[in-house]
Amino acid sequence: MAGRDEDKRRRARNIALALALGGLVVLFYLITLARMGGGGQ
Amino acid sequence: MSDASYTGQGHGAGVAGLDGAYAKSGEARPSDYIALLKPRVMSLVVFTGLVGMALAPGSLHPTLAATALLCIAIGAGASGAINMWYDADIDAVMTRTQKRPIPQGRVTREEALGFGSVLAIGSVLVMGLAVNWVAAAILALTIGFYVFIYTMWLKRRTPQNIVIGGAAGAFPPMIGWAAISGDLSLLPVLLFAIIFMWTPPHFWALALFRSDDYARAGVPMLPVVAGERETRRQILIYSLLLVPLTLSPYALDLAGPLYGLGTALLGAFFLVLAFRIWRGRDDRAPKHMFAYSILYLFLLFALLLAERGLGWGA
Repeated sequence: MAGRDEDKRRRARNIALALALGGLVVLFYLITLARMGGGGQ
Repeated sequence: MSDASYTGQGHGAGVAGLDGAYAKSGEARPSDYIALLKPRVMSLVVFTGLVGMALAPGSLHPTLAATALLCIAIGAGASGAINMWYDADIDAVMTRTQKRPIPQGRVTREEALGFGSVLAIGSVLVMGLAVNWVAAAILALTIGFYVFIYTMWLKRRTPQNIVIGGAAGAFPPMIGWAAISGDLSLLPVLLFAIIFMWTPPHFWALALFRSDDYARAGVPMLPVVAGERETRRQILIYSLLLVPLTLSPYALDLAGPLYGLGTALLGAFFLVLAFRIWRGRDDRAPKHMFAYSILYLFLLFALLLAERGLGWGA
C-alpha cells in the first residue's frame, strides 16, 4: 500500500511539474509577443 | 536573559535526524511545495506589490505587468522556501511551524533549498529580461535581505531581528513601482517606510502570545529577551511612530482625502489596540492587535488602490 501511495504522490508531482513547464512555455511566448509588439518600456 | 546566550546556537542544532532519519525524498505532494512558498505571506506581498504598480506613473503591457507580479510572488515564495531550509530546526520545535513540510518529513531540506534557489534566480532573471533590471535588482535585494540578513544573520542573534529584517517585507511596493516606471520616487519610499514601521508591532504582538514557542526554539524575540513589559512599551512606541507616518502620503499631497480620512480612522483603532497592549490588563489584546494589523495594512493599501481606481488620488 505504501508503494501505491508513493506512486500516487509521484504522479501528482509529475503532473504539477508538467503544468508548471507548460505554463512557463505559454508565459515566455506571451512575453515575447508583448516585447516584440513594443509593450515594454 | 541576554542576547549572548543565543548567539552561539548553531543552525540545524537540536533536531536529531532532520536531514535523514525521517525526511526522505519522494514523499512530497505538490501541495507541500506550495506550502514551502508560504502562500499567506505571499498574498500580502503580492497585494502591496500590486498597489505599487497601480500607483506608479507610466504604463506596461498587461502581460508584462502580470509577469512582474508573478515574479514578485515567486521571489517572495522562494525566500520562504530557503528560510524553511535554514530554519528547519527552529520550525520543528515551534508549535506554529511544526506542520511545515520539512519538520513533517515530507520534503527534505535539500529539496527545499534547491526549489527555493531555482525559483529565486528564475524570478529575478525573468523580471530583468521581461520587465526591467531596476525592478529585478530590488527583487534580488529583497530575496537576499530576507535570506542572508534576516534569516541567517539576525533572526537567531538579536531581538532587533524583525525590526531590521522587516525591510525585506517592505520592498514589494518599490518593486511594483519600479516595474512600471523603471525608477523610484518619494511615494514608494514612503510605502516602504510604512511597512517597515508596521512590522515590529505586528510581529511583537504575535511574539507576546507565542513567547514560549520562541523561547523553546532559542529565537531571541523581544518578549523572550527583554520581557513582556518592555515589548508592550515598544509596540506602543512603534505604533505612535507608524500612524503619523501612514498619514504622510496625504500630508505631502501624494494621496487623496479618501486615503487621508480612512487612514486616520484605521490608525486611531491601531493606537487603541496598542494602548490596550501597553496597559497589559487584557490578555487578548496582543491577539487582537496581530489580527487587526494584517487587516490594517491591507486596508491602507486598498485605500490607495481604490483612490487610483476612482481617479481620486493626488
